Amino acid sequence: MSASAPACVIVGGGHAGAQCALSLRRLGWSGRITVVGDEPIHPYHRPPLSKGYLKGEATFDQILIRPVSVYAQQAIEFRLDARVVEIDRAKRAAILADGAALAYDKLVLATGSHNRKPPIEGIDLPGVHLLRTANECDTLRGAIAGASRALILGGGFIGLEVAASLRRQGREVTVLEREPRILSRVTSPEMAKVLHGIHREEGVEIHTGVTVSAIRRGAGLYRVETKEHAEYAAELVVAGTGAAPNTLLAEAAGLAVDNGIRVDAACRTSDPDIFAIGDCTCQHHPMYERDIRLECVQNATDQARTAASAIAGHPIPPRALPWFWSDQYDIKLQMAGLSNGYDDMVLRRHPGLPRSLSAWYFMGERLIAVAAVNDAIAYTVGSKLISLGKAVDRTRIADPNVDIKTLMDNVRGASS
Amino acid sequence: MASITFITPSGATRTVERKDGSLMEAAVQNGVEGIDADCGGVCSCATCHIHVEPEWVDRVGPPGSAERALLELQDVTNERSRLACQVRINDALDGLVVRVAAR
Ligand SMILES: Cc1cc2nc3c(=O)[nH]c(=O)nc-3n(C[C@H](O)[C@H](O)[C@H](O)COP(=O)(O)OP(=O)(O)OC[C@H]3O[C@@H](n4cnc5c(N)ncnc54)[C@H](O)[C@@H]3O)c2cc1C
Ligand code: FES
Repeated sequence: MSASAPACVIVGGGHAGAQCALSLRRLGWSGRITVVGDEPIHPYHRPPLSKGYLKGEATFDQILIRPVSVYAQQAIEFRLDARVVEIDRAKRAAILADGAALAYDKLVLATGSHNRKPPIEGIDLPGVHLLRTANECDTLRGAIAGASRALILGGGFIGLEVAASLRRQGREVTVLEREPRILSRVTSPEMAKVLHGIHREEGVEIHTGVTVSAIRRGAGLYRVETKEHAEYAAELVVAGTGAAPNTLLAEAAGLAVDNGIRVDAACRTSDPDIFAIGDCTCQHHPMYERDIRLECVQNATDQARTAASAIAGHPIPPRALPWFWSDQYDIKLQMAGLSNGYDDMVLRRHPGLPRSLSAWYFMGERLIAVAAVNDAIAYTVGSKLISLGKAVDRTRIADPNVDIKTLMDNVRGASS
Repeated sequence: MASITFITPSGATRTVERKDGSLMEAAVQNGVEGIDADCGGVCSCATCHIHVEPEWVDRVGPPGSAERALLELQDVTNERSRLACQVRINDALDGLVVRVAAR
């Protein structure tokens, strides 16, 4: 490549960073691409860290987003185990921890998020695990091997997935949740109740409304004390207590940051040559008419494609409907749209199939989100109806004798 | 061992050899254009959508119910659509030809 070819530097080698580099090449962008990642390994799928990889069902090679050889074929360069510590916007350079300066024409921030560490005494003890990187997952797997009991702080998706994986490996598992119910931030009370029931059936003990005050170590055990004066003991503690966006670099560079790096519809930050994608961003969603920050693979890869399109001079794809999945035991949870702010919810159950149901969320006349447990058809129909933005007959949704696919006919009929 | 040919949206042909795993893994391992596999193979993203060439449809078989539902969400789905992550490779698929769906 000639010295005058433009250079794109991507900060962060996760889902978003990898997809952005691959998409730039797919779109025919011929400039130089360098991905700087502070982990020592090439980009990998993070979801298996609480599921298949944690259970030892997948090898590390199997969770790589692409084999290393593919990046070489596509002339995508990597600087691994390297951290960008500063963005020099005046000189248009990303400064690495070792002092090296990487000149850029376009810079993409794909820095992801980090686990929130609750300010609890003992949170830094060696047997208290956080789970975000493959390295942390390997450490956790090592600890699981020597443990019979585990305590999980936080009943969010990651906490519950870890609970399910540990149960499947025969460990005794207790989940401690501060809020009055599990999944309080991401799903409705009804859906949370169903998932709570499934975990109880699988033998997980869940305590809600408990605030952990301290973690202490003694005699090979970790003792977790709560403000409610209860005490729990296990060989292993995993904290799944939420995530926060990695925005320090952007803030120090004077870019607009507010609950994530602010980006426009093309994933551009307040500097037109700097883009931001994935967990670290906050972007307006036209369908929900508000600014949102998402922590999911769909958002990371779709925003990566958007930024790549903008950089390569292609049309920007329309903002996608957010979707998310979670696998626990034999249940597959699929969610489309955002349920926050719903004013009505309809549950659809299937007689005789207690682990198969869907929750349909409405705001006024509009269907805004669907969450389905082992019901891919409900998820599919729901996704389509949300995108179409048409009124839907709620009594038909609730009626298990109605073939859910016929909801689509009605919509088509109504609009024609 | 099965030899599998992917025809990409840009018309390029890639033939790869593989004895097990999924068609998606075979494509990703060889950098086949257009198979993004965002969800890593758990039948959630449909970014591994392929069309099986007509003469192979019977041997590859139909999609399962969850896979079929996800396929119905896609624009370019037809009766020969599959998600590559849900197709297991075996010797009987030696010579298989599939087209990567354009998105
Ligand atoms: C255990 C677990 C399970 C999950 N399960 C699901 C799931 O089932 N479904 C789903 O949709 N989502 C799931 N997620 C969320 C999903 O993994 C994230 O939304 C996704 O990884 C976001 O991609 P990203 O590229 O924005 O960030 P990341 O994948 O986090 O990548 C960011 C990378 O940038 C690096 N970095 C940060 N700052 C710098 C710097 N200054 N210099 C160099 N490198 C830097 C980070 O170390 C990291 O490697 C899960 C997450 C975890 C942790
Ligand atoms: S890889 Fe996501 S559905 Fe096949």
